[in-house]
Amino acid sequence: MEKNLNLNLKVWRQKNANDKGKFEEYKVNNISTDMSFLEMFDVLNDKLVTEDKEPIAFDHDCREGICGSCSMFINGQPHGPKQGVTTCQLHMRSFNDGDTIVVEPWRATAFPVIKDLVVDRSAFDRIISAGGFISVNTGNAQDANAIPIPKENADEAFAAAACIGCGACVAACKNASAMLFVSAKVSQFALLPQGQPERHQRVTEMVAQMDLEGFGACTNTGACSAECPKGISLTHIARMNRDFLSAGLASNDK
Amino acid sequence: MTSKLDSKIPEGNLEQKWTKYRSTVPLVNPANKRSLEIIIVGSGLAGASAAASLAELGYKVKVFCFQDSARRAHSIAAQGGINAAKNYQNDGDSTYRLFYDTIKGGDYRAREANVYRLAEVSANIIDQSVASGVPFAREYGGLLSNRSFGGTQVQRTFYAAGQTGQQLLLGAYSGLQRQVGTGNVKMYARHEMLEVVTIDGKCRGIIARDLTTGKLERHFGHAVLLCSGGYGNVFFLSTNAMGSNVTAAWKAHKKGAMFANPCFTQIHPTCIPVSGDHQSKLTLMSESLRNDGRIWVPAKLEDAQALREGRIKPNDIKEEDRDYYLERRYPAFGNLVPRDVASRAAKERCDAGYGVNKTGEAVFLDFAANTIRYGKIEANKKGMHNPTEEQIVSMGKAVVKEKYGNLFDMYQQITGVNPYEQPMMIYPAVHYTMGGLWVDYNLMTNIPGLYALGEANFSDHGANRLGASALMQGLADGYFVIPYTIGAYLSKEIMTKPISTDHEAFVEAEKNVQQTIDRLLSIKGSKTVDYYHKKLGLIIWNQCGMARNEAGLKQAIKDVQALREEFWNNVKVPGDANGLNQELEKAGRVADFLELGELMCKDALERNESCGGHFREEYQTEEGEALRDDENYKYVAAWEYFAGNTWELHKEELIYENIKIAQRSYK
Amino acid sequence: MNWVIKMFSSSLGQKFIMALTGLFLCSFLIVHMIGNLQLFKADDGLAFNKYAVFMTTNPLIKVTSYLLYFSILFHAFKGIMLVIKNNKARPVKYAVQNGAANSHWTSRSMGLLGTIILVFIVVHMKNFWFEYKFGHEIGYTSYYTNLATGVTGSKEMSAEYTQFNKIEEGMTADENGQYRLVIVKDLYKAVASQFKEWYLVALYVLCMFAVAFHLYHGFKSAFQSLGLNHSKYNGLINFIGIWVFSILIPAGFAAMPLFFFFK
Repeated sequence: MEKNLNLNLKVWRQKNANDKGKFEEYKVNNISTDMSFLEMFDVLNDKLVTEDKEPIAFDHDCREGICGSCSMFINGQPHGPKQGVTTCQLHMRSFNDGDTIVVEPWRATAFPVIKDLVVDRSAFDRIISAGGFISVNTGNAQDANAIPIPKENADEAFAAAACIGCGACVAACKNASAMLFVSAKVSQFALLPQGQPERHQRVTEMVAQMDLEGFGACTNTGACSAECPKGISLTHIARMNRDFLSAGLASNDK
Repeated sequence: MTSKLDSKIPEGNLEQKWTKYRSTVPLVNPANKRSLEIIIVGSGLAGASAAASLAELGYKVKVFCFQDSARRAHSIAAQGGINAAKNYQNDGDSTYRLFYDTIKGGDYRAREANVYRLAEVSANIIDQSVASGVPFAREYGGLLSNRSFGGTQVQRTFYAAGQTGQQLLLGAYSGLQRQVGTGNVKMYARHEMLEVVTIDGKCRGIIARDLTTGKLERHFGHAVLLCSGGYGNVFFLSTNAMGSNVTAAWKAHKKGAMFANPCFTQIHPTCIPVSGDHQSKLTLMSESLRNDGRIWVPAKLEDAQALREGRIKPNDIKEEDRDYYLERRYPAFGNLVPRDVASRAAKERCDAGYGVNKTGEAVFLDFAANTIRYGKIEANKKGMHNPTEEQIVSMGKAVVKEKYGNLFDMYQQITGVNPYEQPMMIYPAVHYTMGGLWVDYNLMTNIPGLYALGEANFSDHGANRLGASALMQGLADGYFVIPYTIGAYLSKEIMTKPISTDHEAFVEAEKNVQQTIDRLLSIKGSKTVDYYHKKLGLIIWNQCGMARNEAGLKQAIKDVQALREEFWNNVKVPGDANGLNQELEKAGRVADFLELGELMCKDALERNESCGGHFREEYQTEEGEALRDDENYKYVAAWEYFAGNTWELHKEELIYENIKIAQRSYK
Repeated sequence: MNWVIKMFSSSLGQKFIMALTGLFLCSFLIVHMIGNLQLFKADDGLAFNKYAVFMTTNPLIKVTSYLLYFSILFHAFKGIMLVIKNNKARPVKYAVQNGAANSHWTSRSMGLLGTIILVFIVVHMKNFWFEYKFGHEIGYTSYYTNLATGVTGSKEMSAEYTQFNKIEEGMTADENGQYRLVIVKDLYKAVASQFKEWYLVALYVLCMFAVAFHLYHGFKSAFQSLGLNHSKYNGLINFIGIWVFSILIPAGFAAMPLFFFFK
């Protein structure tokens, strides 16, 4: 049933990329348990604007867990205490009256803070540009049913492709590693016949770009997968490792 | 017909129009393409696919999106699927049938030639997507799976669980990023287009604001493609993303591009009901759920009353006391009637007092019957002869989980109610806008060089869009239409050298943008942007929503005007323009919605008929169905803007040569 | 050779190195364990001492041992480099981080556990390997086995006894019959005496916990790093990782100092 909560918030405030930033404390009252976490922030921001204070900047858009914009590190976990959901789908019924909630931006060298809780995740786009595609120009395609794909492979490719690129994997990882994100794309195409021609090149280029962006290495802690709102599995990382190894061994580089 | 509206529909019979046109439209040779610059605003299905395709052809492309990455465009949230006339199911589908269903679904307010072309290229979209690695759902034999959607009697919808839009967008996005990697596309994320620049009547570029630094930028282009989506957020509460806005299209409109059929908005029947004042947006439950869910309300008013007060549970109501009103009213299509019909029927029941949640604005979507049906099928498969009811239900739930697991989880996450145990509660919500910038057959607006693709244009869905057709249209426009049709204009522009952005038109345009920003920041009133947005949403929802009438619309126009006046005197936008300022972004968008809202009501008021999503209470049959007036209103209403928020109506008469117009019946 | 450098300098390649060297070290642990089990044999250390000689003189083992030293150093070096690189990937730390909610603490503490193990290896090698190979503290013992009765006796050699070889074998006789005589450097005695010190025993036992936790995550993690993750085999890998490498082997090693302490 719906209840109302009074909460203490500690939110990271940072004017811009060059500012040092610090935590600010806020109190919000009468927060309905039916609200989403971001709606609670709407209430707070509304209050701040009314009080002539600068509202808290945060990324959000679809508010239904699919665009991957929202990115809050809540009480020590990306997207908060519930697993398998994004911040926008986290509802206040996951909290108790009187709780103190600490909210921070994603922290990683590759995700510099732009303002408050907003970070720059364009590193992900550059990784995709490096090889996260199948080179097929528009108009080149044959009939969609010309190559049957085993359902099992199609389903697993889909499970990998479900990644929303929110960066929770990086945020959760103690090394700020992007392995889960990169492997999801590598794995999706590795599982499909259409992805085979560029399979080796793809994994090599994407990993190289990932390293260039300053993400950490993988310690196989599994935090990424546990916190992934789409439940992307660690098996994709293993598949990427395998592909990377065989790409290295089989490459024509001398 | 006004001379200003030349739809440029090619001659010839319907089946040949596109094929012939495609082979005769002027071409631009590869060397010239390299010196032609195209600006694309928006990176959704239409924008991303157009950007990738045009860059592959050799054009120099710049893409702008307000999100932090092209991948976040709201196409990503489309759930159910994408239609294509593949006839893989051998159930009698064809290009003509998809064309016919779309025209009929749109209540005979769409252009024949455009829709036929859409149906023709639909099959190529599936091929293209599969080739670019989109993991559609498949059968055990490895071939593509289909499901049915509202308004059709064939299975032609391709899907990827409840995330079809995501998969298609990521497919187009990967093509786009590939071109970014090669340098053929320059990506401008976190940039918002705030003005169209025209020189000598032709569109020559845009003014964009870098949302991170706050700086205004001038960009030249030989052509500008607006792929900026729909304007559903005028209602404040909609299934659109928070950032979805009309600004790009509206700025173009104010520069002279006509806005067509603004009152044609789609209210989707299956959304999660509003839970309280804090609500910031509404969440769709995919139409695919109507495949297996049955929609009902109590047949007795006292049961509805008891439900609202929480005295009884839905499962307490006996089968004979339930009113499956869609099956009752539309036996042929049942729960799969088109969206406008399903939405209005829900509103009708709730208005009559049969609503089932505490606000009285919800109906049930119940999976119990199909859970049992699936359970029995599973039992048969497993060779169980006397399964207990429990076994059947649990096996059935497993099947439902596989089909709709993510949607059910999402429902539970948002409402805190387990939909496997209790029926879902749903209510209609604003979802899509059929109206948009007027375009000709080439997708060009009436401003030469300015195009509109996808939801941003008006062209293909008439007065109501069928489920799984938005994805089809967005990708058709981007992948398979614009790469050809843009040649008709650009082939004449090969001698145009890039115009310096120091040109006075750019200077002037930037100055205007700066003035608007300064003005918004200088008001320093007492109410937040959201306050006005919510108020506007309520006015439009109440008077220009699922049902409209003359008095209400007239009142709404006055109310919107008054609200706009108040907004410009009393809005409070904190901070400055020299950096990320999300309130300022919102303020600019709401300012545009406050003008659009008036035009929507005007358009609805002018259209004295009911058709598709536009239901005028004065014009209905005795059974309460929409009553069209083909004699007087079989036209596209294209509005031309004049300074001071006045408009002139231009009519593009719709000609049906291949389809016999009839009253739409789904009985 | 360019591709080798390119591959192994990438973040994935470095993980391959960690996995390969790590698994090699695991395999060494098994050999080391089996050999050291001879400490428990009630023969005054004859078998163990002979084994020690074998391990330090057999040419094949010698080559392998250099590979082993290299692996240890490389594993440690790469590990430290990765920790540094990973720290750089997040220069500003979180104020609150609830790692327990999403991962096992061992997996988050590999650097720390590894460092403890490295310190342990240094102490361990100093105490035994260095002393045995280069030191002068360890004396010789002669074992004489009566060929008729099979009874073995032993006698410490005088401190002055030194010779080039660690072992001398021969025959001798007295009034009770013929004997097989083995004079060997008595590492066993060194072990037995060192493990009478409580602090050393405590250090060893504690360090074996570090080994247990390091391998609890490390063993299965190595397979993941090499791309060997398959639902069919993961159970077996986990089973071996837990039962063999994080229980049996550390427990066995911990039992040795305890055995001598309480003997």
